[in-house]
Amino acid sequence: MTERSGAKKGSGLRDMSVCLGDWRLDDPVIPASGTFGFGYEFSEYYDINMLGSIALKGTTREPRYGNPLPRIAECREGLINAIGLQNPGVKKVMEEELPKLRSVFHKPSIANISGFSIDDYVYTASCFDELPDIGILEINISCPNVHGGGMAFGQDPAQAASVCEAVKRSCKKPVYMKLSPNVTDITAIASACEAAGADGLVLINTLLGMRIDPRTGKKVVSTGAAGFSGPAVKPIAVRMVYQVYEAVNIPIIGVGGIETADDVIEMMYAGASAVEVGAANLVDPYACYDIIRELPLKMEEYGIDRLSDIIGKAH
Amino acid sequence: MHKKVKYRILYNSQIADRTYRMRLSGDTGDIKAPGQFINIALPGFYLRRPISVCDWDQEGLDIIYKVVGDGTRLMSELSEGFELDVLTGLGNGFDLSAVKKGETAVLVGGGVGVPPLYGLAKRLMAEGVSVKAVLGFNESPQMFFEKEFSELGAEVHITTVDGSAGIKGFVTDAMKELSFDHYYCCGPMPMLRAVHRLCREKGAEGELSFEARMGCGFGACMGCSMETLSGTKRICKDGPVFKSGEVSFDD
Ligand SMILES: Cc1cc2nc3c(=O)[nH]c(=O)nc-3n(C[C@H](O)[C@H](O)[C@H](O)COP(=O)(O)OP(=O)(O)OC[C@H]3O[C@@H](n4cnc5c(N)ncnc54)[C@H](O)[C@@H]3O)c2cc1C
Ligand SMILES: Cc1cc2nc3c(=O)[nH]c(=O)nc-3n(C[C@H](O)[C@H](O)[C@H](O)COP(=O)(O)O)c2cc1C
Ligand code: FES
Repeated sequence: MTERSGAKKGSGLRDMSVCLGDWRLDDPVIPASGTFGFGYEFSEYYDINMLGSIALKGTTREPRYGNPLPRIAECREGLINAIGLQNPGVKKVMEEELPKLRSVFHKPSIANISGFSIDDYVYTASCFDELPDIGILEINISCPNVHGGGMAFGQDPAQAASVCEAVKRSCKKPVYMKLSPNVTDITAIASACEAAGADGLVLINTLLGMRIDPRTGKKVVSTGAAGFSGPAVKPIAVRMVYQVYEAVNIPIIGVGGIETADDVIEMMYAGASAVEVGAANLVDPYACYDIIRELPLKMEEYGIDRLSDIIGKAH
Repeated sequence: MHKKVKYRILYNSQIADRTYRMRLSGDTGDIKAPGQFINIALPGFYLRRPISVCDWDQEGLDIIYKVVGDGTRLMSELSEGFELDVLTGLGNGFDLSAVKKGETAVLVGGGVGVPPLYGLAKRLMAEGVSVKAVLGFNESPQMFFEKEFSELGAEVHITTVDGSAGIKGFVTDAMKELSFDHYYCCGPMPMLRAVHRLCREKGAEGELSFEARMGCGFGACMGCSMETLSGTKRICKDGPVFKSGEVSFDD
């Protein structure tokens, strides 16, 4: 990087706002799907209206119990989860969860949609498409914890494109495809989604990992292999966001291992227009609160007046 | 900040085989009921460690934990004055209003399921409930808190699997002959199942405290879900205590 986008050190106002298409967010910090429930319970901890937005728990057409316990394994600087998309199904989400969220959160949120067939994706996305307070449809073609569908759609450019196309055809809201890192060339999937009409991309979902307890020789989570995330994966996420930024011209939401304001800034330099914070919320319910409070201080320290100026500036 | 506190270690000493008692000082305002737990961040470990509140007052709280892996081993090596980052007042806790003055409650604990029952016994007795404690251990070196429960005035029954103290066998062997109005149980899954079945046969109702590997401990990740007769519940947030009529062990 050669210049800091003309930013001057110590020049008063710090503008944290960013844009995802036409949608202007007060700040780039969004809790990631699956690590923040349907949001409202975090209002026990702080005023969640400070968040840029909230990515809701992955939702499917029908209710899902998810995988058997244990679903969680600790790793160095991260964890493995095998939740398996537990959720009450889109109908209940709309009737019971979203009203509770609305009573405490007054900004648009991001629906996270999973499915086992193209029909499933279209059905669930169309339900959320009707709601005025959903800002973006985040299409999860990258869940490693379910068989059939899930990540399979995110590992093949043609399949990823067909999900994207089908959802785009039946929905009005911006469609962001959430990509899996468990591929050889993430830019191929990213470009296929862009060509299929995606309005943006979200990356990365969890990496496929496994833990075995050395005391017993047994796999720790019930599914064996499951989704690995947390600070350990941040370099992979930054690299992938960087690569995809070169390959496409649509906004990217960067996810993976973000814990601090520095991590946010790093991800934005790589090319992210906004970020999602996942595992960090689980080990500290105040993770996003702390990041948002720290961001202006870091911007001041680094001489950044407008956060949106640094997007992709590492290239 | 609500529910996130710094606790300073006042003491941390061994009370039985691989079992330690730690006294923490700090704000306990978020702790509302016995059976709630805290989630402790340990330096060098990504996830927090959930441990039940054994007893608490305005100045601080006590926990009792067993060393089973690297995290609890590190805990056992922490010294006085060390500050821990803790999420406190987690989970629902036991329902004290389920028994009335003059009635009898039996408190059934296995191993490190015993600690939360101590805080419960103390509060029930203060309400005029008479308490019988059935405390189960594998073998006598692992026993703790027999004296503490007795000193509260509870009727204490000890069981050990190898017969090295008290009744040889399981907690259910000691419970068979006891009469009581309500039961409270905390311990490993096979014990919960056995106690639940025995009490159902006796026609008694009660509450059972469950454990699971936790991602967060406060309801955000769905890592600890359990099917109950009233739907899918999170052990950390909707539990860890569930009514006997609500749980099903498929038996
Ligand atoms: C609500 C609740 C209350 C608890 N109360 C107590 C208590 O009062 N005293 C006590 O000694 N123990 C208690 N436990 C169990 C205690 O949390 C584990 O023994 C401890 O986390 C083990 O950590 P470790 O690093 O030594 O073991 P490791 O096996 O190395 O831990 C690896 C991972 O698995 C998790 N884990 C391992 N065993 C358990 C377990 N039995 N339950 C939940 N997570 C586990 C750890 O938290 C960690 O994330 C409780 C558990 C729960 C869920
Ligand atoms: C417990 C847990 C549940 C998750 N559930 C979902 C989900 O339902 N949908 C989804 O798209 N991603 C899900 N994810 C992935 C995260 O949204 C995120 O992409 C990933 O964890 C990487 O970010 P992190 O390193 O900050 O955790 C889940 C992650 C975790 C840890
Ligand atoms: S441990 Fe996260 S929801 Fe219970």
